[in-house]
Amino acid sequence: MHPAISVIFFTVTSGAGFGMMFVLGLGLPVHQGAWTTILSCGLALGLAVAGLLSSTFHLGHPERAWRAFSQWKSSWLSREGVLAVLTLVVFGLYALIWLASGERLASLGYLSSFLAALTVFATAMIYAQLKTVPNWHSKLTPLTYLGFALASGFLLAALFISTSRIGGVHVAALAAIFVAAAWLFKFIWWRRADNVGFSETGSNAGTATGLGHLGDVKLLESPHSSDNYLTKEMVHQIGRKHGAKLRFIAVICGVVVPVFLCTLAIFSGLIVLPLLVAVFSMFIGLFCERWLFFAQAKHAVSLFY
Amino acid sequence: MTQLPTQTDKKLGLVIDLDICVGCHACVVNCKEWNTSGYGAPLGDTNAYDADPLGSWLNRIHTYEVTPQETPAYDNPSSTGASPSHQCGSGDSLAQLVHFPKSCLHCEDAPCVTVCPTGASMKRSEDGIVLVEEDKCIGCGLCAWSCPYGAREMDPMENVMKKCTLCVDRIYNDNLPEIDRTPACVRTCPANARHFGDFADPNSDVSIMVKERGGMDLMPEMDTKPVNKYLPPRAKVKTSDGLEIAAEQSKSEMKADGFLGWLDKALEKMG
Amino acid sequence: MTKSEYQLDTSPHVSDEIRKTTCYMCACRCGINVHLRKGDDGEMKIRYIEGNRDHPINKGVLCAKGSAGIMQHYSPARLKKPLKRVGERGEGKFEEIEWEEAFGIATEWLGDVRKKDPKKLAFFTGRDQSQSLTSWWTQQFGTPNYAAHGGFCSVNMAAGGIYTFGGAFWEFGSPDWDKTELFIIFGVAEDHDSNPIKMGLSKVKNRGKKIISVNPIRTGYNAIADEWVGVTPGTDGLFVLSLIHCMLKMGRVDLDYLIRYTNAPWLVIQDEGAEDHGLFARDADGKNLVMDRNSGKLIAYDTKGVKPDLKGEAILADGRKAVPVFELLAGKYLSDDYAPEKIAEEVGVPATQIRAIAKEIGDTAFEKEIVVDQPWTDMKGEKHDKMIGRPVSFHAMRGISAHSNGFQTCRAIHLLQILIGSIDCPGGFRFKPPYPRPISAQPKPHGAYKIGAPLPGPHLGFVSGPEDLLLDEDGVTPLRIDKAFSWDAPMSAHGLMHMVISNAHARDPYGIDVLFLYMANMSWNSSMNTDGVMKMLSDKDENGEYIIPKIIYSDAYSSEMVAYADLILPDTTYLERHDAISLLDRPISEPEAMCDAIRWPVLEPDRDVRCFQSALLELGGRLGLPNLTNEDGTPKYTEYADYIQQHERKPGVGPLAGWRGEDGESHGRGAPNESQIDEYIKNGGFSEKHVPAEAHYFKHANVAWQDFAVEMGLQDGHVENIFQLYLEPLRKFQLAAEGKGERQPPETHKERYKRCFDPLPDWYAPFEGTQISEEEYPLHALTQRPAAMYHSWGSQNAWLRQIHGSNPMYVPKDVCDSVGLQDGDWAYIKSYHGKIKVPVKVMGAVNQKTLWTWNAIGKRKGAWNLSDNANESNKGFLLNHLINELLPAKGDGLRWSNSDPITGQAAWFDLRVNIEKAPAGLESEPKIKPQKSVGVGGEKNVAYGKEWTK
Repeated sequence: MHPAISVIFFTVTSGAGFGMMFVLGLGLPVHQGAWTTILSCGLALGLAVAGLLSSTFHLGHPERAWRAFSQWKSSWLSREGVLAVLTLVVFGLYALIWLASGERLASLGYLSSFLAALTVFATAMIYAQLKTVPNWHSKLTPLTYLGFALASGFLLAALFISTSRIGGVHVAALAAIFVAAAWLFKFIWWRRADNVGFSETGSNAGTATGLGHLGDVKLLESPHSSDNYLTKEMVHQIGRKHGAKLRFIAVICGVVVPVFLCTLAIFSGLIVLPLLVAVFSMFIGLFCERWLFFAQAKHAVSLFY
Repeated sequence: MTQLPTQTDKKLGLVIDLDICVGCHACVVNCKEWNTSGYGAPLGDTNAYDADPLGSWLNRIHTYEVTPQETPAYDNPSSTGASPSHQCGSGDSLAQLVHFPKSCLHCEDAPCVTVCPTGASMKRSEDGIVLVEEDKCIGCGLCAWSCPYGAREMDPMENVMKKCTLCVDRIYNDNLPEIDRTPACVRTCPANARHFGDFADPNSDVSIMVKERGGMDLMPEMDTKPVNKYLPPRAKVKTSDGLEIAAEQSKSEMKADGFLGWLDKALEKMG
Repeated sequence: MTKSEYQLDTSPHVSDEIRKTTCYMCACRCGINVHLRKGDDGEMKIRYIEGNRDHPINKGVLCAKGSAGIMQHYSPARLKKPLKRVGERGEGKFEEIEWEEAFGIATEWLGDVRKKDPKKLAFFTGRDQSQSLTSWWTQQFGTPNYAAHGGFCSVNMAAGGIYTFGGAFWEFGSPDWDKTELFIIFGVAEDHDSNPIKMGLSKVKNRGKKIISVNPIRTGYNAIADEWVGVTPGTDGLFVLSLIHCMLKMGRVDLDYLIRYTNAPWLVIQDEGAEDHGLFARDADGKNLVMDRNSGKLIAYDTKGVKPDLKGEAILADGRKAVPVFELLAGKYLSDDYAPEKIAEEVGVPATQIRAIAKEIGDTAFEKEIVVDQPWTDMKGEKHDKMIGRPVSFHAMRGISAHSNGFQTCRAIHLLQILIGSIDCPGGFRFKPPYPRPISAQPKPHGAYKIGAPLPGPHLGFVSGPEDLLLDEDGVTPLRIDKAFSWDAPMSAHGLMHMVISNAHARDPYGIDVLFLYMANMSWNSSMNTDGVMKMLSDKDENGEYIIPKIIYSDAYSSEMVAYADLILPDTTYLERHDAISLLDRPISEPEAMCDAIRWPVLEPDRDVRCFQSALLELGGRLGLPNLTNEDGTPKYTEYADYIQQHERKPGVGPLAGWRGEDGESHGRGAPNESQIDEYIKNGGFSEKHVPAEAHYFKHANVAWQDFAVEMGLQDGHVENIFQLYLEPLRKFQLAAEGKGERQPPETHKERYKRCFDPLPDWYAPFEGTQISEEEYPLHALTQRPAAMYHSWGSQNAWLRQIHGSNPMYVPKDVCDSVGLQDGDWAYIKSYHGKIKVPVKVMGAVNQKTLWTWNAIGKRKGAWNLSDNANESNKGFLLNHLINELLPAKGDGLRWSNSDPITGQAAWFDLRVNIEKAPAGLESEPKIKPQKSVGVGGEKNVAYGKEWTK
């Protein structure tokens, strides 16, 4: 699949934003004061909104984007839009009340956490529902999206944290656990993706063309001599070497460095600085991961090419 | 409405005869020609006279080479002999080409419809045609992703999703003579490899053709229940099929008393 | 479920007007309905082009090319105005001039030549569909140097057929699609004719009948054939002769048919060393003799009641021996040299397959006999109550003809058809009016020119022996610049257009002054040795003058050839012009209907361009050419339309057959009619006159046909048409080479006459392969025309160029494995003449010694108003660079043309090559310097029809 920058940016940042809302909504203890409220909630909302806005760059007609709220009954994309807006509104209200009164309304917080999680789930389902892309068509996909949203959201929220321990566990340790867990899901996802091919449906050039009973089917001549929308969008090929290299960078930046920095945070007593660096590193890792999520995903249409 | 109708009154669609398609692209270009000034936005062409031109098309033809796994019956003299596994050579290199036109299959269970967030994508309950109401299309591309067949293409200039409409602006068009109320690709196909009709009617030409010729679905495992059907190529004569026998017969038919002896008798018979 | 909410207009307005004309996107000439609709600016524009359902050729269907007519009509490469060269030849630098100046220049150049030495004008046309006008015009001018592109296209097919049985494949005939039981197609890609073949194949398939294809490459029509014979290029003739061997061995020949309609019983003189050895024995009246089976007497073949023998030795009146053609024939082909087992390796087809096909042909022809209950009368007056058919039909095209042995191969195919009695019988091959037309009813070539006088007859024709050659008084030097009808190519019925530039450049046989070309891309895909020809066109002599001093060119588009002309006469598009698809020219008839058609301006040109034929008529008037000028010196015809209606080739017979006579009531013959073109327009652009049912078959011997043909003005009397299994003119040339007769070929040529001019169909190895080292060049390389592209024309077409914008070299799997090539690799392909670098695609369904690619996709940078980055000029390539117009030099100082020695047909497909892996690359080679574009230009992006879809 074609790795569109706007969509990569969207899923990573809005994931982190909603992850942050989730964590804040659950009542993560943060420093007192309006500035913290503004910065933390603002960052969460900002990331989510930036991501959503970025996603509209992917649209051919962003001016009609409002229409996307109409089909929530059947469309995961529509659901995602509706849920995202709902989450933003509820969390926005939560933040406003918090800012105005200094009070964090737990019920509203839980509701926004629930909605934020649903939103990320809906985002993931846009991909996971696609039978045409077996790499994505798995329950593991929402799991990884939720994991990454939680990990990146928690890392970000932890920058504002007012305590070093939650339930007796060091915040950095908690962060490291979330990061590691998310990547564990991803490793499992990768293992599956690397082997799944079209095995679940048994599709191949033979079933695609219905000519399999005659022998091995190979494309001799493309419909047109240069690329078309389908080949550019869905038959995007990346070199295997290239993929392995990027996956290495994703793992180093996404999990190795953040976990190392979290460990550093535990033992150094410093929290914000190592976690800040960890966040940046993780984002680089996630961008690589997300690029590969698209670039390495084979679409059924490629069986025709 | 992006919910699928539970049932459609008619099931309009195409039968494509792979046994007879010569891959001439007539349907491809005639479709483009009709539709660029027809339903919805024009079918744009970017870099029209430059490097890597890219346009939107609703119908495309692939050419496949199909090579049977079985070993050919005998060695062919024209083979260069470079690789023993390819001793098949030309006469019996059983590899064959199949020209393969592909456009929207108007699936009964069309994933492209349900994924659409705006309601632009729809399957008509009256005839089963899958359409895009372009004014509602936001160009997200998700419907194209959900289609296993590559039936949908984003127009590179208008940024709305284009797809085969089964020439919905022809098949009911009172401004066209009745005989021409058929999709442009069907009307133009020089080899008569494309047929249009109602699959809901078991007695329609297309239904009968599918029954008689073993019409097949593309990627049935995707559970999309395509309406369009493909007729598989008829079996080719392989040089291993009974040719030896025919060749032997040809030898035995030789005249015992030689050709001129036969000629004598034949002429005598003519009087 | 409720009905869809979406309010959709399912009856939108389609068009404001439909105008019916004739397509020109290839040579097929289908009828089209051009839907016009008012645009935003109030001007009529093309909304849609579809096939005309009433039209005899395409019956409503239309191919990819025809459907892309809109993009051709609005092409950015359209020329705007007459042009005069200002840069060097090849650069493409021009200044726009007025028509008056253009006519002035042309009149001066041509007038000068005509006054001093008319042969110094060479006028050759390419995709010309008005050859009956252009040839006639040139005849009036008085130069011997005219031909169209047939010589480098498919003259072997036309000449092989007409010499043998007075017809040929393509426009002269067609398989009986509705009745044939077995159809065999040789060497056809998207060759002529495009849609009827597809429609026909479909009919055969739908009736469940078998199709066998003989072709090294299994694409297109060959892909859908039930059986594929992947013959090695250039060996089809041997394959067919082996089939004939088997047919004879099995006794599967139609003796009755042979006796009635062919020269099989004619006696051939057997007198080694005599002046007439191998010629037919004739009586005192010049009538061919046969031996009567009953009496043993030698009598004229057409004597009533004669029962000619097909074998045995006859003693002529002078005591010499003679034997029937059939005996010679049987003796030749029964030889084990033609046994399938002997030739299998050479042709690349297993012996079992050859035997099985022979058996199938025999079984089908004789056991599936078709009977049509239609009485008819033959030309001897014998009445037949039925039409009996041998339902095996054949078609062949360029894969057969574009070899140096193509003429003989075509004859071999026709011999096979005739032996089984399948010419113009139900289920076999059928003649299309005005054919049959044997050489006795064809003109002879004319070349004797005189200053200021028209040529005494048409340039092109059919020779019967050395006496008809166009030679100087020395009996050796060719009269024509292309050396047609000379010892180099004596039966070159269509000329040798591919040799014109090369010969003019070498001043062999002489230099010329003006080269006048129409619609012929000679500096690119229409020439062998493309870069060599580009150099020839721009080479200068010691005085700094171009060796070919003046070049006038007419084209509608900014082609590669435009860059090499000194004066450009811009033509219209096919929708802006008049044309006659005439029975005097290349007809579009169907077996059961005599047809012709017109084009007319369904849109007015928006540029300062003129239909070339109108410009030519005006030029003729300005030059004062006879029959083109009124007594007061004004041009006789001001417009092509005027000529189409008024011109009479002979009294009552003109370019169009329909609506003749002042009242428009007569067909075929009749006085000119001023509203003739209007009548055609009313009828959808064509006319159709049905052949009477009793003349549907056996036209070669059918009185009803003869009467119809005379009535329609196709011929002036009954024409006898005896199929020539043994072709005496070939023997006459052999005799000349054996030192007999007044005119004899030079010593250097004698061996090839002996080897190649066998009067019975024969096979010899294609020339190029025998003159290079097969070890060094073990492979063959071919091109095929893709179905969606016609020559270079398609590349300026925004739609078609997306389908074929670049071309890989398809290479057999074995070859790839042996040199380490994979899909996407690049390779060098080398011939003895040149080297190209190309992208590779691995293929299995191809003869394992054959590489191939699509024809004419590669473009010169800047041509056709494409950007310099266009895929066509970067990745696309021409095979032409590897093909020389000359054979490898033999050291005799002669320039031997790479052509069939009999007809001069360009031997494109004799090419031998080798292949090696090349470093990866982005661009094909050779790289050619860009030319400047001179067309109207276009937008970067196209969204045609937007004004109607808002």
